[in-house]
Amino acid sequence: MSAMGALSQLLALVTALVLAPLLTGWVNQWRHWLQNKSGPGLLQPYRMLHKLFQKESLVAEHASQLFRSAPYVIFGCMLLAGAIVPTLSTDLPLSPAADAIALVGLFALARVFMSLAAMDVGTAFGTLGARREMLVGFLAEPALLMVLFCASMITGSTSLTVIVETLAHRELAIYPSLLLAGVAFTMVSLAENARVPVDNPDTHLELTMIHEALILEYSARHLALLEWAASLKLFVYSCIGLALFFPWGVAEAHAPLALLLALPVLVFKLAVGGMAMALIETVSAKMRIFRVTEFLGTAFLLAVIGLLVNVLLGVG
Amino acid sequence: MSTLAPQLINLFATLILLLSFSMISQRRIVSLINLFAIQGAALVAASFLLGYVTHQPDLYVSGVLTLVLKVIFIPWMLHRLIRKLNVRWDVESLLNVPTTMLVGIALVIFAFSLALPISRLSQSIAGGSLGIALACVLLSFMMMITRSKAVPQVIGFLSMENGLIFAATTVTNGMPMIVEFGIALDVLVGVLILGVFMFQIREKFDSLDIHNLETLKDDSA
Amino acid sequence: MSALVFVLGFPLLGGLALAFYGHRPWARDVNVAFSLGTFLSACFLTNHTIDHGPELLWDQQFYIDPLNVFLVTLTAFVGLTTAIFSRPYMRVEQDHGKMTPPRMRLYHSMYQLFSFTMLLGFTTNNLGIIWVAMEAATLTTVLLVSVYRTSASLEAAWKYFILCGVGIAQALFGTILLYMAADKVLGAEHATLLWTSLNDVKGQLDPTIITLAFVFLLIGYGTKVGLVPLHSWLPDAHAEGPTPVSAVLSGLLLNVAMYAVLRCKVLTDGALGTQMAGQLMMGFGLLSVTVAAFFLSRQKDVKRMFSYSSIEHMGLITFAFGMGSPLANFAGLLHMTVHSLVKSAIFFTVGHATQKAGTQVMSEIRGLIKVNPTVGWGLMLGVMAILGMPPFGVFASEFLILTTAMREQPWAAPFLFLALGIAFASILARVLPMVFGDTTLKPLAHPPALLPVFVHLVLALVLGLYIPPYLNGWYVQAASLLGG
Repeated sequence: MSAMGALSQLLALVTALVLAPLLTGWVNQWRHWLQNKSGPGLLQPYRMLHKLFQKESLVAEHASQLFRSAPYVIFGCMLLAGAIVPTLSTDLPLSPAADAIALVGLFALARVFMSLAAMDVGTAFGTLGARREMLVGFLAEPALLMVLFCASMITGSTSLTVIVETLAHRELAIYPSLLLAGVAFTMVSLAENARVPVDNPDTHLELTMIHEALILEYSARHLALLEWAASLKLFVYSCIGLALFFPWGVAEAHAPLALLLALPVLVFKLAVGGMAMALIETVSAKMRIFRVTEFLGTAFLLAVIGLLVNVLLGVG
Repeated sequence: MSTLAPQLINLFATLILLLSFSMISQRRIVSLINLFAIQGAALVAASFLLGYVTHQPDLYVSGVLTLVLKVIFIPWMLHRLIRKLNVRWDVESLLNVPTTMLVGIALVIFAFSLALPISRLSQSIAGGSLGIALACVLLSFMMMITRSKAVPQVIGFLSMENGLIFAATTVTNGMPMIVEFGIALDVLVGVLILGVFMFQIREKFDSLDIHNLETLKDDSA
Repeated sequence: MSALVFVLGFPLLGGLALAFYGHRPWARDVNVAFSLGTFLSACFLTNHTIDHGPELLWDQQFYIDPLNVFLVTLTAFVGLTTAIFSRPYMRVEQDHGKMTPPRMRLYHSMYQLFSFTMLLGFTTNNLGIIWVAMEAATLTTVLLVSVYRTSASLEAAWKYFILCGVGIAQALFGTILLYMAADKVLGAEHATLLWTSLNDVKGQLDPTIITLAFVFLLIGYGTKVGLVPLHSWLPDAHAEGPTPVSAVLSGLLLNVAMYAVLRCKVLTDGALGTQMAGQLMMGFGLLSVTVAAFFLSRQKDVKRMFSYSSIEHMGLITFAFGMGSPLANFAGLLHMTVHSLVKSAIFFTVGHATQKAGTQVMSEIRGLIKVNPTVGWGLMLGVMAILGMPPFGVFASEFLILTTAMREQPWAAPFLFLALGIAFASILARVLPMVFGDTTLKPLAHPPALLPVFVHLVLALVLGLYIPPYLNGWYVQAASLLGG
């Protein structure tokens, strides 16, 4: 482990922690602007985190230890994911510990804990949210895996850092299978991050919420950690997308000074991605929960087609 | 440039496949017609590109023919038709959408495996797209079988012709001109006849649901 | 000036003319006149080809050889006799109110255009144009089947269009693959879909491509031949259209599709050197024969029953051509001819019977012989002919096919016998009560045209007893052209 490596790893962690709420705020703000509203401001997530950390945590009487520890586990998973995904640099000492498949496993771990915690207290909404969350996850995970496999087939490895390095160094080429995988990935990330058209992050109506139902019972620091974890999840998903489909500008192991360039490039790419996400959210209508299966099924099958096209055309 | 052209053609091929899938899962008829028009446009682009790369003016003619017929005239006619027939609404399907998608995947795998040995033998630079073209044909075929309204069946039929023309364009740089004109004429007349039929079916049954058209059976008198 | 101009020109002109004037009273006679012109030109063409041998016409786009020239004449002949039959038949239909003047125009012009597309399909040298002609034939017959505008006929026509459209799209894919194989051998500038050019280089065509191409072509054109399991359009289309249309569908369209399959089979055999094509055809043929025979026994509608009989016979023909030996090819060609003649004759008589009874349900038609002895006897003789009773021609061809099967493909013979037996029993059991017994039928306002029926039956009888030498020569030549 070189010093540069440790530094870039630390920097990646800190960037993730700091930028994630900003990204959430950015997306929400753009949604409001596109709908001709004035919005709460870019820094609203920070303000909310600050407020929540100062409050007193209220926990139900018969809540188990799982309920209390779940936010920490989930936050830890997301933080580790943020450490693995090459956001600023591919020189990440932690990256050999987990490749793309393990990344999906991390998300799955977080999801399981979230669902169990929601059911732990025994309210109706919690169970409802847990069931829906598992449904979405059940369908989204294979799709995400297939998308990652598409990229892996082209580059020959499942490690995200290797994928980024290989793709960034290839000459500009149009990979049809990546086109299909891109569409599939967009659909999956909309589902996993509880965005319209799968789930409305603004809503508190019981019939329409998935994510909100899961965290309904939490308060104060637990809630803060969960909201932060959700922001981190959005951040990590965006970075995965950027790594697979727009990998240029990420610093490499032997170019430490590129780290300085990598940060503005990342911010710029995330900004554009955030705007695009807000646009998709504004244009789409939230679909019924029964249609979510079709939506994610389509994503899965698009990713599989991408794989098949790769095999057929012999090229990406 | 030499590697860009095959990549672009592969891109168009993938786009056409993507559109075939979205047509299968699409519920609104207006979007279905628009998707069909976009598919035609992708086909035209591929024809023009291939014509430019291989210096064959026949492909330009073929592209123009497809443009006039499948991107402009037939979608316009279908839009007019559904306005008159008043069939904008959601389309029922024989299988639910996830099952349809799974069957679609199986068809795509089948088509790819069938075409793989042949596309290696093709002389054209876009030979690898034969599997995609065959997959589009099979997907349209499935759309025709599983839809229960008349207009999606017609669109499935037309989209099948799209897949076939795409196969002809990429594998052999088009067919002899006279054959292409004949095919175009057949398609045009076919669509006109189908349009007339839809009016008559509507008149007789007051609906365009194909389930009304299943009464003829062997032991019916 | 080759007679081909007239062979193709008459029906095309007729179609255009009758589109405007097809509703006038004299339109029916004009229809017959155009068909007569087509038939005479076909006779001239045949004569010419017998004297001069096969020839390429008009920049190699048309090719007349022993295989297709007699089929052309057969088509023109049956077209003529059906036009004669349709004169009084459609008049009765008009009186009954089933046909209006616009529909008569459509009927007459589509009838002539249909002849045009069939003749184009036979005479063209370009495999792509064969496809175009088959699709055009489908389109014209779709309009013909739906001409009564009842809900049942609309259903039949829609089903026909969709199923045949899908089938024929497969054939287009097969044609594209053929073109690809030609492209590889002949190079991009000389690549062509002309059958004669492909025939010259068939040994060099790539086997993988040709195998896949033939499978698609067989499935595609086989849909139009009526091979099981692609046959479901056939009974509906036959039952719901006007009877003249059923006659030409059974008698002629199925032949064109078979011809297209045969042309492709010749190329495939040359390219592969194995019996794959023949084996596929034998399989489909056998399947069609057996399945059709079983379905036949369940029918209540007379036209549906005879349409299943058509499926059965086309299956038999496919099986014969699949066997591939010269004798089997000869038998197949003979069977194609007599089947056209006899089946159309049957449909003529059935048409008159249903007009008298006002229904197509067999249990409601009784005692034809008492009402109109000629119709009754015509039906009886026709049925005996199609069931393979000697001395009609069908007996000769079926006998040849069965004996060849017993010799070369013994495993298939039991199925064939079984199927033919079931068909025999079913049809006879249903037709006998129709012809004999007490009747409630009444004679028709206009006397039916029964001359075509008996002309056909006499021809079939003649072919069963004695094949004229030039006809025999044609069959032998054509059989050898088909390889084997």
